[in-house]
Amino acid sequence: MTTITVATRPTEAPAGHRLRFMFADMITVTWRNLLALTRIPEALFFTTLQPIMFVLLFRYVFGGAIPIPGGIPYVDYMMPGIFVQAVMFGAVGTSVGLAEDLQKGLIERFRALPMARSAVLAGRTTADAVRNVFVVLIMTGVAFAVGFRINTTVVDYVLGAALLVAFAYSMSWGFAAIGLAAPNSETAQVMAFPILIPLTFASTAFVPIQALPGWLQVFARHQPVSVVINGARSLMVGGYYHSTSSLWYALLWIAALLIVLVPLGVWRYRKTS
Amino acid sequence: MGANSSIAVDAHDLVKVFPRGHVRALDGVSLEVEAGTILGLLGPNGAGKTTAVRILSTIIGPDSGHATILGHDVVKEADTVRRIIGLAGQNAAVDDYLTGRENIRMVGRLSHMSWKSVGARADELLETFGLTDAGNRVLKTYSGGMRRRLDLAAALVAQPPILFLDEPTTGLDPQSRQDLWRVIEGLVAEGTTVLLTTQYLEEADRLARDIVVIDHGRVIAQGTPAQLKADLGTSVVSVTLADAGTAQRAAVLLAPLSAQPPLVEGATVDLTVDDGPKVAVEVLRSLDSAALSLAGLALREPSLDDVFLTLTGHKAEVANDGGTPA
Ligand SMILES: Nc1ncnc2c1ncn2[C@@H]1O[C@H](COP(=O)(O)OP(=O)(O)OP(=O)(O)O)[C@@H](O)[C@H]1O
Ligand SMILES: [Mg+2]
Repeated sequence: MTTITVATRPTEAPAGHRLRFMFADMITVTWRNLLALTRIPEALFFTTLQPIMFVLLFRYVFGGAIPIPGGIPYVDYMMPGIFVQAVMFGAVGTSVGLAEDLQKGLIERFRALPMARSAVLAGRTTADAVRNVFVVLIMTGVAFAVGFRINTTVVDYVLGAALLVAFAYSMSWGFAAIGLAAPNSETAQVMAFPILIPLTFASTAFVPIQALPGWLQVFARHQPVSVVINGARSLMVGGYYHSTSSLWYALLWIAALLIVLVPLGVWRYRKTS
Repeated sequence: MGANSSIAVDAHDLVKVFPRGHVRALDGVSLEVEAGTILGLLGPNGAGKTTAVRILSTIIGPDSGHATILGHDVVKEADTVRRIIGLAGQNAAVDDYLTGRENIRMVGRLSHMSWKSVGARADELLETFGLTDAGNRVLKTYSGGMRRRLDLAAALVAQPPILFLDEPTTGLDPQSRQDLWRVIEGLVAEGTTVLLTTQYLEEADRLARDIVVIDHGRVIAQGTPAQLKADLGTSVVSVTLADAGTAQRAAVLLAPLSAQPPLVEGATVDLTVDDGPKVAVEVLRSLDSAALSLAGLALREPSLDDVFLTLTGHKAEVANDGGTPA
């Protein structure tokens, strides 16, 4: 008797419900990932330590050696660059986390649940974005301690930081695809590096574009990390670096990355067995 | 009986090839589970049990063939199927960094239960599986058996009418195994349909109404436990000799006592027969008259090993010229 009544229960959910579940499932997965993060104190500690070290290293080791146009202190110039590097490392965490879920068999369980297909990736990338907000907050504190000052307004500064986090979020979807293709979590990290390193270092993150060799300048000028940093500098540094067009260019890159990388991640997820 | 509406899980001619390693994991498996009953899927390592469960629970698609759960196609209506099944896979799929309660809640939430009902259900399940005290500990601190039980608890959270359990009692101690059997029987009494894979004939015998035995991705036997045992003989006479050579000679000597060929492993010869005690006496008599000294004799129920060995002939059977120089 019970089975008969139950058998008639499942029906196709209306579109409105599906959207609501999509959102609810994403929140559940985000909640789970953030919770797991707080349960690994080591990870939390190093997530915090790494950006602090970056700030101190660039401020005191390389800081004096690099001449900057626009007559601003190097610390002001480099801060958005260090931020972008830190959030990019955070985005690589997406690939490691997903590879781990795959290894542990959790993805297998998720695939047999009625949850939205997108929730595993959306929840993971959102959790990593939240982690990146936390990283940016800490770095801001450290940056102020070593002499960084906001030359624009606090609102501009916050918008600049948000631009960086949004960029990392878009990259997360690409790293998600890598994590799902990797045989294990260690390899997932190694596989992300050939993308991460050229993008962050062949860029205007730490040196002005003029300091790069000519052939590299073309790439460095238009690749997304540089473009997003230029946008962030426009908001966080302003003055000589203010440029509305670079802001639009940055937003364009983020949109383009999302348009390409979200379907790529989802495709990869569907393909993973 | 036999009407289509009472078939809860219906698989037809499932084929699955894993290109990596060129494995034909399933080579045309068909099975039916009647609503409100337990089907035991038996088979040796690599037979294709887990592959079958993964297809039926929509995790992977078959290369050919089709399957329905309560009438819903596992490929075309995967979303609907996911709302009516519960799965406990072969390896506990749990999050090490969440507590037991949080793990159950996560699965409940992702099955679209409300926060409130999920909380009450988690307490209930922790209690059922004897994990109340460990409910607020992260899974990293759980033992293997505790993880297994938590995984099963999570599979039950949404009270699915169809349950897939892939070797649910592997790694459980005897007490936990008994407890789980009782839980499963309770669920079935309330109308749940269960497909479980197992390595233990005892388990299938105790729980399952029907048994399907697969090997190399093919069904090699099916029926009720009683039917299978009747085909096989009801008891095993296990004779241990002084050494392997003697065992080979004894096997040749004892072969006429059983309809099935004797199985030799090391110094032990197993005979599957219908009337154990009677054959045991004859065994003693034959060995005595051949002056072969006996190290041990046991009479037992056929084990899954015996089923496999008889049905698949995987392990070496004694040949007629099996005698080795003494
Ligand atoms: N993802 C995969 N890629 C390649 N081969 C696979 C994959 N999954 C299973 N196989 C192969 O398919 C066959 C059946 O595997 P399956 O896991 O279904 O067996 P099983 O009956 O569950 O075995 P066990 O009792 O050991 O759990 C095996 O030969 C296995 O090596
Ligand atoms: Mg298996």
